[in-house]
Amino acid sequence: MSAVLQSLVNQPYKHGFVTEIESDIAPKGLNEETIRLISTKKNEPEWLLSFRLKAYQKWLTMTAPEWQNVHYPKIDFQAISYYSAPKPKKKLASMDEVDPELLRTFEKLGVPMHERAALAGVAVDVIFDSVSVATTYKEKLAEVGIIFCSISEAVQNHPELIQKYLGSVVPVGDNYFAALNSAVFTDGSFCFIPKGVKCPMDLSTYFRINTEGSGQFERTLIIAEEGASVSYLEGCTAPRFDTNQLHAAVVELIALDNADIKYSTVQNWYAGDENGVGGIYNFVTKRGLAKGVNSRISWTQVETGSAITWKYPSCILRGDNSVGEFYSVAVTNNYQQADTGTKMIHLGKNTRSTIVSKGISSGHSNSSYRGLVRITPTAENARNYSQCDSMLIGDQCGAHTFPYIQVHNNSAKVEHEASTSKIGEDQLFYFSQRGIDAEEAVSMIINGFCKDVFQQLPMEFAVEATKLLSFKLEGSVG
Amino acid sequence: MNDKHSTTILSVQGLRASINGTAILKGIDLTVKSGEIHAIMGLNGSGKSTFAKVLAGHSAYEVTGGSIQFEGKNLLELPPEERARAGLFLAFQYPIEIPGVANTQFLRLAYNTVQTQRGKEELDPLEFDDFVREKMKLLDMKPDFLDRSVNEGFSGGEKKRNEILQMALLEPKLSILDETDSGLDIDALKIVANGVNQIANKNNAMILVTHYQRLLDYIVPDFVHVMQAGSIVMTGGKELALELETRGYDWINANKQSVAGVIA
Repeated sequence: MSAVLQSLVNQPYKHGFVTEIESDIAPKGLNEETIRLISTKKNEPEWLLSFRLKAYQKWLTMTAPEWQNVHYPKIDFQAISYYSAPKPKKKLASMDEVDPELLRTFEKLGVPMHERAALAGVAVDVIFDSVSVATTYKEKLAEVGIIFCSISEAVQNHPELIQKYLGSVVPVGDNYFAALNSAVFTDGSFCFIPKGVKCPMDLSTYFRINTEGSGQFERTLIIAEEGASVSYLEGCTAPRFDTNQLHAAVVELIALDNADIKYSTVQNWYAGDENGVGGIYNFVTKRGLAKGVNSRISWTQVETGSAITWKYPSCILRGDNSVGEFYSVAVTNNYQQADTGTKMIHLGKNTRSTIVSKGISSGHSNSSYRGLVRITPTAENARNYSQCDSMLIGDQCGAHTFPYIQVHNNSAKVEHEASTSKIGEDQLFYFSQRGIDAEEAVSMIINGFCKDVFQQLPMEFAVEATKLLSFKLEGSVG
Repeated sequence: MNDKHSTTILSVQGLRASINGTAILKGIDLTVKSGEIHAIMGLNGSGKSTFAKVLAGHSAYEVTGGSIQFEGKNLLELPPEERARAGLFLAFQYPIEIPGVANTQFLRLAYNTVQTQRGKEELDPLEFDDFVREKMKLLDMKPDFLDRSVNEGFSGGEKKRNEILQMALLEPKLSILDETDSGLDIDALKIVANGVNQIANKNNAMILVTHYQRLLDYIVPDFVHVMQAGSIVMTGGKELALELETRGYDWINANKQSVAGVIA
């Protein structure tokens, strides 16, 4: 391998970060020392250390929230090793060493071969193709002034942007898990689209090779300046066989005047086994600030994984005429729990928000939609439309809807529609009488049910999401 | 009809079935050969719709006795989707609505599943579109029907036409039409009957389950069976339906021994 290639494929190790961790895992437990250690190891400026410490102090005064409709044993925060959080995946020599179950999943999802290797953590010479692709894109983006890198890199190379925007949408003491994240986050993504630039392609974490190292406490920051626009895709459809119990990420989006940010997620973290043992607790704070006039923030999420999903991607509509959107599909099976929804906070005049939520429950799972629409006194002529549909498969699962609507301005128009349906025996019999088996029937019904949300996803993602759903619900009927 | 080259498609012997422990079918015998059209008539609750569903393999019914041979296969061993793929088709009395699933998508999946089973090429969406539009002319259907969700918001007539369209697409060996005439006005009935007549040929067979003689004015059966309390109490030719129409079902009770004897 030439020296150039060598340097490309070794990029994630650029800061000597990973190698150091391996020899230097911090003792378990969370205290000021741990935080200072993280900050020192990452060679962070002083202001970032104070940011972390301030968050930690806040966190100490807070207690874990209990209002959500999910149940889990108390988390022992002193039993987690914070510095080892972004632990490097063990590199495998060939595809033969990859867990066959994982390969079967890739097969089903139709993940391209080189991506399969990358996702399974096979040695870099195998994923060489995608690495070079990633680099090419990065150069193209840099030409138009777009910054797309890990947040650690951004701290080193663009400290002024980080200092200005980090914590500006989700303050350090916003909530229990956001405070924890602010204190101990180790990596994540940073994306900056300068004034007037329309990002020429969807930005995907696929293309950012450093992603592999980011761990339990991810931090993402996306800024679109005046007139800029970007579509950002998070995660991938492959399950991550991660044993980490807690995933507490924070995502902040900032859209200035006439800017447009579209954030799409397909989440399929390990959900635990069919008896509900294991799986990720996905406790994430995602919030977008539609700061400027005519700005737009759009969240689309397909949540199929994690033992517990608990998140409310929100929009603060501060700019006049700003628009907030939330399109969500949450699928739960076995003993999974999901409490997810959104918050639309209308501050500016003529602000509009749309919420479309589709919850699908099967097995012994529980799925809740929880959403807040708040029209503040300053939000003249605000509009909201919410639609929350639930579908039940089988009779052991549950679907719940908790809409909160607070209107403090008489000019507001708020609509809320909700429905619950069931995949009936009769529907399945109808399909089977036409030669279509139950799995395919359910997949078709579910995809029909989720159509309004899938239409919002970028094309490639939509195809994967469709396959993922069928895969997810395999064996849930018949 | 009844030519010497016809083969037996369906052979039902002593079929008994129940739902939630209540016996509905109490020993049904029926043989259907290729090229034949059979009508099964009877009052509500006589078990004729149950018979149709049991043939198709509805899971709510438990078969408690007897046998069903379909093209030489033991039908009772096959799950519903395999019965369908083997060429057994049920036109539903109440076609099911499937919100969010476009008709064209549903029809193509059903069509391709059966094609694959028969070792034939699947059609891609464009090829299928041409193919299905041709078939739709047979039933005088509007093109926008393809983009609508399966049966959702369809009128009674549209639903029934959709059933017959599926029958035309899938080219089954045996079609069972469960009260296809119910809820149809006379124009719709003619269209549906015309579609059925064009599909019927010497290689396939049909069972029409109906309450009234009206449908049989347009689709002429070779045999008419009268069902009562879970068994076939009388069998005759097409004239039996007319007889029933004028005399009513009560007439059966008074005459079933003698008339049945005469006809048999």
